[in-house]
Amino acid sequence: MSGALSSVIEFRAVRKAFAPGQPVLDGLSLEVADGETLALVGPSGCGKTTALKLVNRLLDHDGGDVLVFGRDVRGEDPIALRRRLGYVIQEAGLFPHWTVRENVEAVPRLLGWPREKAMTRSAELLDLVNLPAAEYGERRPRELSGGQRQRVGVARALAADPPVLLMDEPFGALDPIARRAMQREFLDWKKRLGKAVLLVTHDLREAFRLADRVAILDRGRVRQVGTPRQILDAPADDFVRDFVSDELPIS
Amino acid sequence: MSGYLSYFWARRAEILALTGEHLLLVLVSTLLAVAIGVPLGVALTRRPRLARPVLGFANVVQTIPSLALFGFLIPMPLIGGVGARTAIVALIVYALLPILRNTYAGIRSVDPAVLEAATGIGMTPGQRLKSVELPLALPVVLAGVRIATVVSIGLATIAAAIGAGGLGVLIYRGVAIVDHRLILAGAVPAALLALAADAGLGALEKRMSG
Repeated sequence: MSGALSSVIEFRAVRKAFAPGQPVLDGLSLEVADGETLALVGPSGCGKTTALKLVNRLLDHDGGDVLVFGRDVRGEDPIALRRRLGYVIQEAGLFPHWTVRENVEAVPRLLGWPREKAMTRSAELLDLVNLPAAEYGERRPRELSGGQRQRVGVARALAADPPVLLMDEPFGALDPIARRAMQREFLDWKKRLGKAVLLVTHDLREAFRLADRVAILDRGRVRQVGTPRQILDAPADDFVRDFVSDELPIS
Repeated sequence: MSGYLSYFWARRAEILALTGEHLLLVLVSTLLAVAIGVPLGVALTRRPRLARPVLGFANVVQTIPSLALFGFLIPMPLIGGVGARTAIVALIVYALLPILRNTYAGIRSVDPAVLEAATGIGMTPGQRLKSVELPLALPVVLAGVRIATVVSIGLATIAAAIGAGGLGVLIYRGVAIVDHRLILAGAVPAALLALAADAGLGALEKRMSG
């Protein structure tokens, strides 16, 4: 029952294989507490994106349990579940034929909000991500820079005020300068919104900057989970030690 | 040149009436081909394993000489016989492939990241199709409709051979009595129709992708 009261997302001995005998997740156990940002980091193929997609049921697991607010996701209607979980992906995945405002209002419209309310909300969020609606609201995604598109992606994920954000390599497609700027903004949103965030990244540096706790994954299992400090000071095993020294050569 | 013009002018009533028939044949057959081809194309994207055989079959059908297809259809029950109905069935068969193929290709070309986002934010498959896939595929689908329409306008001239009317009537009559002015009285309006359809649908396509 550890953390049953405060855990927002919980993986319990989760298994997932795309082909028989080749598990992508092999007994993954992990918890995301309310209001915390937890980063899943690891080499490609470690199962981090797969784990994230089990939460909003873009994929279904084969064994173990995935819980959101203490409830097994397999008992939930996937459509309703997804509308309660904010989702941000690499390259933003904005709808190119919709304006910025329409993109941000996508989930509120799916939920049947009245027009006025949706517009107020989108203006609010576009302000939050520094793309004032008056200037950017009626533009199309292709008229924006990569960083601006990614901000719209974040605003879209936040539109219906979900208690949890799932972010899959959200800044992975950006150049280093835009990426750094987005990371700074993320820390600012995080402080203001206090949401639980499950962040997938291949970049340990990014994970250390953004997350309260970091889980290092390898071949579908958690090698170590802890604060950046704990991982730096006391790597759990050789894999973690090597991974950290490869990713952060200076430290 | 002025000789041709006055020849056409003298027959303007007949040319106009046959142009009307011609347009009706093309319009009805193309609309029906859209009504069949677009849903079928969408269905193929949901069952990719069927896509190859179905598109391959449609390709083969396309290679049947049109005059032969008209001939085959005449003895068929329900869809056969002599007249406009048979011609429309044949024109649908030819219009189907470009519409089907482009619908399939158009929907398949939608960026996977956009589809994942649509599903991930909680769209139902129906909502995703209606508000993301079809609008994004529309320019490609329209290109298919344009090709189908232009081809049908040309093919519909042959429909006169099975008594379906249209501008082919003038062409066949001209061939029979070896009068090239009469042939041109059918061929020139048909060519103009094809050019107009191409330009009009091309402009629409451009606006949709803009």
